Amino acid sequence: MPARGPSMRLLPRLDQENTFFWKSGSDGHLRFLRCRRCHSFVHPPAPRCPDCLSEDVSPEVVSGRATVVAHTLNVQQWIPGSDPYVIGLVAIDEQESVRLTTNLVDVEPDEIYAGMPVEVVFEENEDVFLPLFRPRHPEGAKGEAT
Amino acid sequence: MSTTTEAPLERRAVISGIGQSAVGRRLERTDIDLTVEACLIAVSDAGLTRDDIDGLATYPGMGAGTAGFAGPSSPEVHDALRLRLNWHDGGGEGAGQMRALIAACLAVAAGLARHVLVYRTVSESTAQGTGGRQGIGGSGGGGGGMPRMSGFLQWSLPYGAVSAVNWLALVAQRRVHEFALTREQLGQIAINARRNAGDNPAAVYRDPMDLADYLDARMISTPLCLFDCDAPSDGSTALVVSHRDYAPDAPHPACHVNAVGTALRGRPSWDQFDDFTTMAARDAAASMWERTELKPTDVDVAQLYDGFSILAMVWLEALGFCGRGESGPFVEGGTAISRQGVLPLNTAGGQLSGGRLHGFGLIHEACVQLRGEGGDRQVYRRGGSFPEIAAVSNGGGPIAGTILLTRGSG
Repeated sequence: MPARGPSMRLLPRLDQENTFFWKSGSDGHLRFLRCRRCHSFVHPPAPRCPDCLSEDVSPEVVSGRATVVAHTLNVQQWIPGSDPYVIGLVAIDEQESVRLTTNLVDVEPDEIYAGMPVEVVFEENEDVFLPLFRPRHPEGAKGEAT
Repeated sequence: MSTTTEAPLERRAVISGIGQSAVGRRLERTDIDLTVEACLIAVSDAGLTRDDIDGLATYPGMGAGTAGFAGPSSPEVHDALRLRLNWHDGGGEGAGQMRALIAACLAVAAGLARHVLVYRTVSESTAQGTGGRQGIGGSGGGGGGMPRMSGFLQWSLPYGAVSAVNWLALVAQRRVHEFALTREQLGQIAINARRNAGDNPAAVYRDPMDLADYLDARMISTPLCLFDCDAPSDGSTALVVSHRDYAPDAPHPACHVNAVGTALRGRPSWDQFDDFTTMAARDAAASMWERTELKPTDVDVAQLYDGFSILAMVWLEALGFCGRGESGPFVEGGTAISRQGVLPLNTAGGQLSGGRLHGFGLIHEACVQLRGEGGDRQVYRRGGSFPEIAAVSNGGGPIAGTILLTRGSG
């Protein structure tokens, strides 16, 4: 099984716009900004809805379910001491156009495929909860928020 | 095409002179030294002196990127050559690395300058020493005092997606899924580059490489291996962009600008772009063809950005040299993209083997081919004449620019 990520994680600088996202996992839920007018999810965070320009955007809990768009096994040691790890690109179930670059964990690289259903699992680093994704458990096996 | 019947303004510009400094690994020379060398060659090649130069442009401008990436700023070169400028520009946001060239064309067309010196310099090999290639966010380091990431890097660096090779490995893997791309196909970009580099004395990597060598190379980020990545190099490329009125007086055949491609119609993002497998190349290429009556089948030689091999595949499709998803079969076996093929590609060795001159080496080589100065690597049209039309692209992901150059004003 590959590592869950690099040996050391470079973390985001928390600011007014992104703090809700990076701390969202503290209660086990993934959140994105959502427009209250046109219902679009907005990512990365923006001051207004980029679709309809409404200012009425606020964080909303999503299911944490997503689908693998692509993946790669990183072998090069960019960060000393790192073992190979899987970088994934996933699209959230609520809105296919919202994608996250992430690490795919608890899975062998050759078992990963485009279209694979995955679910969020958070990794706490200092004051940040990084959303990672693992193969989705069978329906009902684990109570992720819906 | 726009509603106006006026020809695109960039057609008022020509590349009247070209210059390249020494190119290599760890030359241990300063970036300004390399730049002055390239600039003086280009000015002389254009039949001019520095007193004639009244414009200056570069990419990406002062202090951008990791060590050795930016090259000297335009004020440094301005002062080193004691130029007297009517127009100057340096910056990193725009239509790929060639944004500096495109800006120069428009400045000439607008009459802001008559002869613009355009340069791009890298000294990444010397700057990195023996430390190896860095990711976008630097070399890591250690301890609790780690810098925190802002802007777009915050969405990829925490996951160890620290290099463009990771972001493009995702594109390549998606292409494996959607289009059944194989490593054997992808390898042809690297093998073709190496074959051409063998006939280019100035290329960085010239030892023969075959498919077995490629397939045996160590992985960097699957499915991309060592030979899918260009290597940090030192070198400077300079161009002189002049008003086309000067073309008859230039000592070498002027390379006329037929059209430029600058569009970015999707989101400016590596991971949120709607068309993940093609990204900004799609838009830049489309906007170029909208500005010309020429067609992809008219192109005699292509210099397509290959900082990573997958990008050349992306560009082949974006520019319409083959259909969407068909670049794998198009390059398979290597015949179509060889110098004797339907679309000779990256004839100086591209960046993969020629050296990572960050887009400008490709522009330089397009001019070499149009001028018929390629020597052992010269491409000939059927009937034995030199190429008349060259396409060049720069960039990857959300960064893209293209230019169509012609020998003669056509």
